[in-house]
Amino acid sequence: MRNTINLRLSWVNAWLLLTPAMILVIGFTHFPAVKTFWNSFFSTPRGKRPAVFTGLENYHYLLQDDIFWTVLKNNLLFSLGTVPTSVCIALAMALWVNGKLHGRGFMRMAFFTPTVLPLIAVANIWLFYYTPGFGLIDQIRSLFGLPEQNWLGNPDYALAAVIVVAIWKEAGFFMVFYLAALQSIPPNLREAAQLEGASSWYFFRRVAFPLLMPTTLFVSVNAVINSFRLVDHIFVMTEGGPNNASSLLLFYIYETAFKFWETGYAATLTVVLVVLLSIFSVGQFFLVDKRIHYR
Amino acid sequence: MKQTRQRMAALIGAVTLTLSVAMPAQAVDLQFFFPVAVGGKAAETIESLTREYVSSNSDVNIEAVYAGSYQDTVTKALTAAQGGKPPQLAVILAVDMFTLIDEDLIVPFDDLLSDADKKDWIGGFYPAFMENSQTGGKTYGIPFQRSTPVLYWNKDAFAEVGLDPDTPPATWDEMVSFGEKLVKKDGDGNVVRWGVRIPSSGFPYWLFQGLTTQNGVILMNSDGNETYFDDPKVVEALQYMVDLSQKYGVMAPGIIEWGTTPKAFFEGATAMMWTTTGNLTNVRTNAPFPFGVAMLPAKERRGAPTGGGNFYIFKDSSDEQKKASVDFVKWITAPEQAAQWTIATGYVAPRPDDWETPALKAYVEDFPPALVARNQLEFAVAELSTYQNQRITTIFNDALEASITGEKAPQAALAEAQEKADRILKDYR
Repeated sequence: MRNTINLRLSWVNAWLLLTPAMILVIGFTHFPAVKTFWNSFFSTPRGKRPAVFTGLENYHYLLQDDIFWTVLKNNLLFSLGTVPTSVCIALAMALWVNGKLHGRGFMRMAFFTPTVLPLIAVANIWLFYYTPGFGLIDQIRSLFGLPEQNWLGNPDYALAAVIVVAIWKEAGFFMVFYLAALQSIPPNLREAAQLEGASSWYFFRRVAFPLLMPTTLFVSVNAVINSFRLVDHIFVMTEGGPNNASSLLLFYIYETAFKFWETGYAATLTVVLVVLLSIFSVGQFFLVDKRIHYR
Repeated sequence: MKQTRQRMAALIGAVTLTLSVAMPAQAVDLQFFFPVAVGGKAAETIESLTREYVSSNSDVNIEAVYAGSYQDTVTKALTAAQGGKPPQLAVILAVDMFTLIDEDLIVPFDDLLSDADKKDWIGGFYPAFMENSQTGGKTYGIPFQRSTPVLYWNKDAFAEVGLDPDTPPATWDEMVSFGEKLVKKDGDGNVVRWGVRIPSSGFPYWLFQGLTTQNGVILMNSDGNETYFDDPKVVEALQYMVDLSQKYGVMAPGIIEWGTTPKAFFEGATAMMWTTTGNLTNVRTNAPFPFGVAMLPAKERRGAPTGGGNFYIFKDSSDEQKKASVDFVKWITAPEQAAQWTIATGYVAPRPDDWETPALKAYVEDFPPALVARNQLEFAVAELSTYQNQRITTIFNDALEASITGEKAPQAALAEAQEKADRILKDYR
């Protein structure tokens, strides 16, 4: 009898301890996610007209919505453009500032600065870099007699221009993870390799890089997520233009929800985004995880 | 036991505190959202005017909330309303009127005014501003921070190429021929100064509406449920805008940024620019050369859209709140206050009698360009505004951007935009 009471009490205790965290997780993560999924089957309520159940109509519209396909394509290009490059640059920078060089602290700080700056502020600075005619880039180009170039106002370059900003912003952040990982590689491995006469490239390829794989996985998962999440600079630099050439999925969701007030359709787009992100992250974990050597 | 008593005491204390906070104050409380689009002294001026009003009207308490850009303000007002706590009063884009009606959030001023007020007060605003404030015979918005685009020109550049520095282009053809003279190239053949700059980032439709009006065509009906994007005259206007870059080479190709336009003018990277009167004070302070301000050039006629924000009164307020809101709007748009506001920002004072105040008279005497926008109102039309306004203008903007960047021909782009707009607006006919 006493035992049952004790057992029951410990259950109550456990639940009580879990409750605060659960309220937060359910209230701010699970409930909105389920509600979004639910809303994606309804029309948008407007003034006197309540939302009505429309089944798959929003999804049907999604398939025909050429702007959706444009932003999806843009977003995939944005991921392809930002993820590998920013990870490679991060690794290169980490290797560099991990070595013995003068002003190492200053270099590390310089690489990390873009991460500290708010993206909106950064975008405003880049806006002036890209300005045709008297912007920084065009001023440098004019030294070589090149004509002015409208980077953000030309559909061929607009997306590339916002990709460059994202890489610049992200690489320094990822560098910090690589730097931490590099410093945890035991120095005796390098000494052993040197005794065996391995070149430093060989050491990097066969020893350091494999040991960095867990970090690479972590960093690339984050980079993929960020490539769907970083849209602040779009607001400042292009507003998705010209003609949606630099619009990304999340930016389009914001426009649909808070500019057009098509909340039903915005919920549908959000479901697509969540599904895409889940596929990417789960896929990355399963594919890459097998090849990782954890110490 | 002692602990329980302490807890009880704390609880009672807390309850009393909550009650005293929740007790209705004697004065009517108003929450007032306002946006700032041009920076500078706009926010300060609104706040100081509000304080001045509250200090002389002890029965009202107004909380003026700076809500960000126009876009932020309408977003905040709509989300607050969906959450059941809308503001009582807000300054929101005039073109968002149909959206606010559609969401059933605002009340017409007519219901809150006496017949005499309707005639004298509402009848006293410039008709061009009222076009975006009235629909179905009712007045939903009161013009406040309203503007219109004008042409600024660099007198030094004009003199340099042998043009009369005091004569701006008056027609489309003159804008091209002046522009051709003003374009300057360096030794490599690269352009260092363009003739004219019509910014097109974000919302190209606004300045483009200047061109369509000048070409003698309107873009939508006053019920906000029809658009005429594929009208041959609209196509012709877009062709002219495209030709400025493609054919005549007087304007930089591609989308032109709004934000950097004044800077380009100051740097001498363009000899003329089209932009809002809201920039007047900015240009006056920063241009390192003598400049002029003119009405936009004419084709069939002069023409320009109006722009900017209106006062709206929200439905979900008590009768006292609505009455207090109207009184405040009446006060802040009255000549004395409107004059102060115009001088601080460059926005166009919305009533003819505002311009009769000594303050404003002295201001325009000292700085005549301030009159250009007011004089242009005679030729101004309503800014593009329809039901589902943001969606319709985005569709139209996309079409304009596609043509400006050379992705699509004007005819095809506009026909497509009209078809998309029809699909959305047919529910409102």
